[in-house]
Amino acid sequence: MNIDFTPDEEAFRAEVREWMRQNVPRSPEAPNFGIPNDYELNRAWERKLADKGWLAYSWPKAYGGPGWTVTQRYIFDAERALAGGPPISPFGVIMLGPVLMKFGSQAQKDRYLPAIRDAKEAWCQGFSEPQAGSDLAALKTRAERRGDRYVVNGQKIWTTHAHWADFIFCLVRTDADVPKQQGISFLMIDMRSPGIEIRPIRTIDGHHHLNEVFFTDVEVPIENLVGQEGQGWTIAKYLLVNERTGIAGVAESKRQLGMLRKVVAADPARASDPAIARRLAELRVQLLALEYTHLRVLDLAARGSPIGLEPSVLKIKGSELQQAISEAELEIGGLECLPWLTDVSGSIRTFKWAAERYNFLRASSIFGGSNEVQKNIMAKLLLAQH
Amino acid sequence: MDFSLTSEQLMLRDSASRYLEESYDFAQYHRSLAAEGHCDASVWQQFAEFGWLGIGVPEALGGLGGDAIDAVIVNEALGAALVVEPYLSGALLPARLLLQLRSADLQREWLEALVAGKQQMALAYAERDGRGDPGYCAVTARPAGDGYTLTGSKQCAFNAPNASHLIVSADRAPPAGQVSLFVVPVNAPGLTLESYPVMGGGVAANVRFDEVRVAPECEIEGGSDALEAGIDFAILADSAAALGAMEAVFRKTLDYVRTRKQFGAPLASYQVLQHRLAEMYLELEQSRSLILLAAMRTAAGTADERKLAVSSAKVYVGDASRLISQQAVQLHGGIGVTEELDVGHYFRRLTAYRLRHGDREFHLTRAMRYEPLN
Repeated sequence: MNIDFTPDEEAFRAEVREWMRQNVPRSPEAPNFGIPNDYELNRAWERKLADKGWLAYSWPKAYGGPGWTVTQRYIFDAERALAGGPPISPFGVIMLGPVLMKFGSQAQKDRYLPAIRDAKEAWCQGFSEPQAGSDLAALKTRAERRGDRYVVNGQKIWTTHAHWADFIFCLVRTDADVPKQQGISFLMIDMRSPGIEIRPIRTIDGHHHLNEVFFTDVEVPIENLVGQEGQGWTIAKYLLVNERTGIAGVAESKRQLGMLRKVVAADPARASDPAIARRLAELRVQLLALEYTHLRVLDLAARGSPIGLEPSVLKIKGSELQQAISEAELEIGGLECLPWLTDVSGSIRTFKWAAERYNFLRASSIFGGSNEVQKNIMAKLLLAQH
Repeated sequence: MDFSLTSEQLMLRDSASRYLEESYDFAQYHRSLAAEGHCDASVWQQFAEFGWLGIGVPEALGGLGGDAIDAVIVNEALGAALVVEPYLSGALLPARLLLQLRSADLQREWLEALVAGKQQMALAYAERDGRGDPGYCAVTARPAGDGYTLTGSKQCAFNAPNASHLIVSADRAPPAGQVSLFVVPVNAPGLTLESYPVMGGGVAANVRFDEVRVAPECEIEGGSDALEAGIDFAILADSAAALGAMEAVFRKTLDYVRTRKQFGAPLASYQVLQHRLAEMYLELEQSRSLILLAAMRTAAGTADERKLAVSSAKVYVGDASRLISQQAVQLHGGIGVTEELDVGHYFRRLTAYRLRHGDREFHLTRAMRYEPLN
């Protein structure tokens, strides 16, 4: 057992750090709090990563990824966040990519994976519906087979970056006469298809990342079905494990807490407050625990061990910590956090965005399967053991 | 990066679990509590035969070798079985401190006796006004002849009633602030013990030193650094025992809610209780992460890395042990607060864990001190 990085891994870290130093975009509109909201900046960043061959950083070489080890991926993600690099959009690289590798046809892999890897096509995720939130399997969006096409009718909601995306991967109901999980299929849909309408949802952080997406008689070629009809729920569960492990946001939390500590240390009035010191210390202990839980899960994944409760542990603890750090920023910032979506002279960067970040991160315990749903899943697994 | 155990470590873990499962049930726990000094001699002899008393002692000195990770493995298994014998305070910790004893002859003699289970020792460092800070030391060591005389009082020295010798921290004033460690026999003139059992099992003593003479070869090199490293090791091993206890009492709670029925349904069917179980598990797993980190930093790492990791683990495991032990009792209902069921005994064990070796505030502050801003 050891947690040291090898000389090769340290050399890799130095290489990534140097590249990030030279390439991370510096923009006042990039608050780095989880989801970027500047389209041009985000696309330029992903193209830059793609040119370097690092966008699909978790992919094996066989699919044009860098073929990094789990440890290298961890180092890459940590260095990216520490340098203030915007997060990579998860929908193509983290979610759909592995799904196509596991369940997709050769033609689907050839058609879609290179475009994700090269930042040529952007994806969004069509899972939730107005009446299918935590109870995702209750989804109603229908896909009826007509000859060589599906005809899709229904509505998706909470669709992050639908307004930026070229494609959407959806869970759709292809059979209404079987138990609800068994009638679901996984379908890829071109966002330019006639019959798709996108309506923005503005969120309490003051920004637009979320949308409603309406489907009216949208025709989708049957070759866009991933896996078999009725296999959608199995595919979704596979995808959600990757999503939940990714959204622990350890690297982001490390960066945010580090910045907050620096801001406090540089400000005599705050630096001398023992209540603030104590609060930062508690967050640091939580972060350290999460960081090593994350590493343990990555280590398990690298050896191909079965993954059960771990994604839920990371999702719950990761989102709670992100929220706790942003709440500390907000409360330590106090009045400095109140100017809303505007610049005030002399404001400290961390506090300027603290309110937006705090408001945005309320969603982190809701998306990706709410923390309460995670606890249901955990209890089911725990109580089934023995 | 590698979190897996070596094949030797897996064997150690499996053999410890197997022995304790077969030989250390709740009845044995009571027999051990009834034994002199809360230590059943036959159990202790068994530990010696397994070589457990020599973990961390180099083979050249008659030990089993191994490092902090081996100590964590055995302590976790002991904690899960609710073992009361003073494995850490009576053998493992004193042996570790004796590795820096000035006299090589005494070191060989004492380590041999400790590893063979013929003798136990104890560390006396805590003081009433120190509140868990090992740096606080009002016991003085004044030069006398070629040695010293010790004067002052120590509080709650774990396992002191069973010990042949005490390892004592004392300030070599003047000048003040230079803490040294000395080994003194408990029957030394001027040394008095007030012995008592402690909550959760084990014995301790308040110790009074009244001009107790100590020979120069009985000094442990390294002073306050050696003391701090020793206590960090004790915290790590104690936390591993707490982890074992948390895991065991959590599993017992899972079993109970599956079988206990109220309102015509098993307790496990109620969502409010399901979520409580999930929350207990979260803290259990996070505790394990920090204990593994602390073990690796203790086995190999700088002193600052070790201090950060150990204090962080102490804070986290303290909180986790509180939540898990309280909720284990709560979910068991009335039977959870009885002497009859082992759950309440785990509860006391885990409560005692939180009160030893520095409180939450102390370790929060310490954790922050040893981490650079990056």
